[in-house]
Amino acid sequence: MYLYSLTLQQPTGIVCAINGNFVGGKSQEIVVARGKVLDLLRPDDAGKIQTVHSIEIFGAVRSLAQFRLTGSQKDYVVVGSDSGRIVILEYNKEKNSFDKIHQETFGKSGCRRIVPGQYLAVDPKGRAVMIGACEKQKLVYVLNRDTAARLTISSPLEAHKSHTIVYSIAGVDCGFDNPIFAAIELDYSEADQDSTGLAAEEAQKHLTFYELDLGLNHVSRKWSEPIDNGANMLVTVPGGGDGPSGVLVCAENFVIYKNHGHPDVRAVIPRRADLPNERGVLIVSAATHRQKAMFFFLLQTEYGDIFKVTLEHDNDRVTELKIKYFDTIPVTSAMCVLKTGFLFAASEFGNHALYQFKAIGEGADVESSSATLMETEEGFQPVFFQPRGLKNLVRIDQIESLMPVMDMKVNNLFEEETPQIFTLCGRGPRSSLRILRPGLAISEMAVSQLPGVPSAVWTVKKNVNDEFDAYIVVSFTNATLVLSIGETVEEVSNSGFLDTTPSLAVSLLGDDSLMQVHPNGIRHIREDGRINEWKTPGKKTIVKVGSNRLQVVIALSGGELIYFEMDLTGQLMEIEKHEMPGDVACLDIAPVPEGRQRSRFLAVGSYDNTIRILSLDPDDCMQILSVQSVSSPPESLLLLEVQASVGGEDGADHPASVFLNAGLQNGVLFRTVVDMVTGQLSDTRSRFLGLRAPKLFSAIVRGRRAMLCLSSRPWLGYIHQGHFLLTPLSYETLEYAASFSSDQCVEGVVAVAGSALRVFTIERLGETFNETVIPLRYTPRKFVLHPKRKLLVIIESDQGAFTADEREAARKEFLEAAGMGENGNANDEKMENGGDEAEEDPLSDEQYGYPKADSSKWVSCIRVIDPRAGNTTCLLELQENEAAFSVCTVNFHDKEYGTLLAVGTAKSLQFWPKRSYSGGFIHIYRFVEDGKALELLHKTPVEGIPLALCQFQGRLLAGIGPVLRLYDLGKRKLLRKCENKLFPNSIISIHTYRDRIYVGDIQESFHYCKYRRDENQLYIFADDCVPRWLTASYHIDFDTMAGADKFGNVYFVRLPQDVSDEIEEDPTGGKIKWEQGKLNGAPNKVEEIVQFHVGDVVTCLQKASLIPGGGECIIYGTVMGSLGALLAFTSREDVDFFSHLEMHLRQEHPPLCGRDHMAFRSAYFPVKDVIDGDLCEQFPTLPPDLQRKIADELDRTPGEILKKLEDIRNKII
Amino acid sequence: MQLNVRLNTVFIQASDRFNINSQLEHLQAKYVGTGHADLNRFEWAVNIQRDSYASYVGHYPILSYFAIAENESIGRERYNFMQKMLLPCGLPPEREDD
Repeated sequence: MYLYSLTLQQPTGIVCAINGNFVGGKSQEIVVARGKVLDLLRPDDAGKIQTVHSIEIFGAVRSLAQFRLTGSQKDYVVVGSDSGRIVILEYNKEKNSFDKIHQETFGKSGCRRIVPGQYLAVDPKGRAVMIGACEKQKLVYVLNRDTAARLTISSPLEAHKSHTIVYSIAGVDCGFDNPIFAAIELDYSEADQDSTGLAAEEAQKHLTFYELDLGLNHVSRKWSEPIDNGANMLVTVPGGGDGPSGVLVCAENFVIYKNHGHPDVRAVIPRRADLPNERGVLIVSAATHRQKAMFFFLLQTEYGDIFKVTLEHDNDRVTELKIKYFDTIPVTSAMCVLKTGFLFAASEFGNHALYQFKAIGEGADVESSSATLMETEEGFQPVFFQPRGLKNLVRIDQIESLMPVMDMKVNNLFEEETPQIFTLCGRGPRSSLRILRPGLAISEMAVSQLPGVPSAVWTVKKNVNDEFDAYIVVSFTNATLVLSIGETVEEVSNSGFLDTTPSLAVSLLGDDSLMQVHPNGIRHIREDGRINEWKTPGKKTIVKVGSNRLQVVIALSGGELIYFEMDLTGQLMEIEKHEMPGDVACLDIAPVPEGRQRSRFLAVGSYDNTIRILSLDPDDCMQILSVQSVSSPPESLLLLEVQASVGGEDGADHPASVFLNAGLQNGVLFRTVVDMVTGQLSDTRSRFLGLRAPKLFSAIVRGRRAMLCLSSRPWLGYIHQGHFLLTPLSYETLEYAASFSSDQCVEGVVAVAGSALRVFTIERLGETFNETVIPLRYTPRKFVLHPKRKLLVIIESDQGAFTADEREAARKEFLEAAGMGENGNANDEKMENGGDEAEEDPLSDEQYGYPKADSSKWVSCIRVIDPRAGNTTCLLELQENEAAFSVCTVNFHDKEYGTLLAVGTAKSLQFWPKRSYSGGFIHIYRFVEDGKALELLHKTPVEGIPLALCQFQGRLLAGIGPVLRLYDLGKRKLLRKCENKLFPNSIISIHTYRDRIYVGDIQESFHYCKYRRDENQLYIFADDCVPRWLTASYHIDFDTMAGADKFGNVYFVRLPQDVSDEIEEDPTGGKIKWEQGKLNGAPNKVEEIVQFHVGDVVTCLQKASLIPGGGECIIYGTVMGSLGALLAFTSREDVDFFSHLEMHLRQEHPPLCGRDHMAFRSAYFPVKDVIDGDLCEQFPTLPPDLQRKIADELDRTPGEILKKLEDIRNKII
Repeated sequence: MQLNVRLNTVFIQASDRFNINSQLEHLQAKYVGTGHADLNRFEWAVNIQRDSYASYVGHYPILSYFAIAENESIGRERYNFMQKMLLPCGLPPEREDD
């Protein structure tokens, strides 16, 4: 079996982010690393974050830094990754890509203890960069310019210190003196030797300054001084005239200013009043804001509170350090303060946000200062504060993030055309159920009812130079309605259009005249109001029209084509006639190319299943250039120019090809390339869009022509970062559409459906899925579908939080204390982190997080949700410190109760210092009120934590620690029927098929078991020989399982056919052999048949087909919030083609950040039988000559390769 | 204080280039965690643990995975792992006198 791996949704979480002028010029951009993807983001004028460029680097980005050479206007990006290399990138605006300027190898690849890549620090003047590892190694590279002003990089200078753990490094701003880097170091050499533990207790963290002597070209340890043992992060303080230089050392509970030859200035970080005493406050992210006259720091704690830190200084002497409460936003992994007054907050989990500064914390707030620091016998006196609503920041945009995907199921619960993906995302109060549908989200601007049922709609400008459209023209079966677009949209009668007849086409003609084509003629309305009318000869009527700004072709009933052209005086002149063999089904002319007089081709579709290309050139006017036969009569045609390759922000330096698109009556969209010179058609592609014949319309997307296809659902074909994408829109069925541009809506679409006129815009281009979000209360763990009743049952649990009642009591107390009375009354709705309510709620948990409790406390709930309405029909909070970890539906064979719900819980679970719990339970619930509510039947205590539950032959299988047990339903509790205690660690998944049971162990991969009913025995007959730390599993077929491990691998195992047969035929079912078991394992071993490193922890797997009639593939979701698919190849030919393409791409186009592609995909185990579609899909981004070279080696043309890539993608989504 | 960067590197003479011991010493100096014949159980475990913690800190998805399990922020989780690198396996055993 060979699989094609394709990422459907790129990771949405963010590892680190930096801001700077990467494009050059005034605008500020943000570079974010999403694990294996590097994105360049830019907030646009409206304050929306736009993705400018995105590239997968096939490696793990661990750190980013930006630097600028003195006098330059542009920032470079330094990437610290797992490649054992330092990579310097420059954004190339013309090609819209990151160019690799330098790549220097310094060590082995992989995230290793002593190989640098974890930390990066740059000299603020851009003269040197330090790259460090967790332990020992630190390398300094000197950056300079050569005579041609190109960036140069030196060979590395070592600043190693063995037996030393590094917590953080930072560049020290010391103007143009020798560059200095600061590091928090901890030496463990003595602690390792001393068995009394004294040395470990005395181990002291040091702040060490490394000086790079630019003259001598070496690095020396300049200064080292003990610092607070809770130190975890360094922040550079501006220096060299702008400030006092030095660093801020962020430590647990403190921020300390330190510099060489300067006494420490220490201030305590204010604590939340409700924080338990034993918990510290740790700074997790920092941002610096610098202006000419002032600077300040924003530091965020692990609870989400942001503090503004300012330094009072007198030249180089810092007199006071102040920490003032600023605002509270969800915990971030990185923050960027932009010069334009924005704060980009990359959340650890959940949606990222862009905030605007309303103020910079000048108002009164809780403040702690080094001047008022009080030291008592018990340590420093803490300062307390109470979080409050946002005062200094206001949120203006959000970027959706699925991180982390905890569980996922694909099911067509809503009976739509394509299945929906239900994902459990997020953590704690920001968790949610997200329903993903493939397609683009749209936002509806207006819907208005019309007097009748319209058949068509157009928009026209009055003048070619106008920015916005002037009229919307709607045609009915016997009339035409003209609406003028202004402040409001109103009916007008003075437009010159004939309103007593239906229209066939309305468009702008020439520079400033309008044309209306109706069945009996063409009405040409000149700018001065003169009207020329052309009447059809005899009793013939016009049936179809194709036109652009200078050319009009009409088809009369009977199949006669008449071609008009606009002459220099602005008159529409009849040029040529042509008799087609039969009636014309559809027509299209491409827009007039820039600087030309006419478009050369006319496409005509006929009912005899053919499409013809006719010439419109004066020399061979109306000659047939080529004929294409299609599977079904064409309904609609559109000639669209597509730039298949990138180059420039919009693909400028590549030749475009013109595609002829045809919507066929059988619902297929047929696309073929038109040769610009000969008009020959080649390279055809087809795709089934829906049950209705697609009607094609041109629309404008990002200033360029795109295609709207209206079938049983609307689709948009557009170019995104060099790829032509054909994506469904999440909207209802439309009849007719036209692009729409006005003051309020620059790039919109106006469409008719039923009797309504709709105006909408298409949002978030480039995204594969659009989501519906339903908020949840705690971190969701697992869920099950109740397919008959179309309900979901979700279990949620959180460690270290207060129960809903306790939280409510605390909130009331606080609100009363704050004098707000009884506003926050206790109802269940308030407890949810709902969207709108959060705005008004003074203390929304979504923003502030749940108050921290002791880590031995758990909160958990079981929720029944109706996904269609999005409301919770039943919510049970578990009591007495129980937390739910597993759930399944089960039908016991006595059928007394029908479908029951089993939930496995643990009581008082603790992970540290050792995993402990006071008990486990299996709850059995009955569905009541049509499945909308749950009623506890009974609760069975078990000796371990039931982490896996599954129905099996009318009984319940439970994995309780290392025990697999079969239960039957009793009156008061579950009854043990059979068990097997031979599993190695802890069972985390159970799948069943016929009499086989597939058990997944937390650490030891899969075990295949059998249940012998006659002897009432469970026994293991096969297992895996590789230790796999399972995180997800899925049953593929009788012999095959798919699994994913903690290190980011997906793999399939299969029981060899002969062994499988033997076991099935053996009357003892392999039991005799089992009794002989070898080396503590089972007698048979499964074989690994597929292996692939995803580079991200996969948390859920499912086999599903995302498109109607598409092949089934394995869909997976990951912790970083990405979704991917693995599709099995159906032909050997495709396997050969794609493996060769992958091989050539590996050679010709190595990953950007220096990790070898093959090594990355084989990071833990050698990749086996999986072809990386993400790499193959980078083919269109290659320069054309390289594309041609690879295509030649594959004996194909680049176009054929693109078609192959498109085809295989269309099989998945 | 000047840092001699080649301090730990053993310069190998042409004559004892094939001496396995000198090669091992070189490896041990260059690559932290390279074992030797007298390695005891504790030292071995300490190395494994430190390598594991460094790997957790380096792989952001794994770090997030732990952070979800323990309901802590990723920053706190990273700090905890770094702290544990000091004494990953508890106190070293008492050394037997040779």
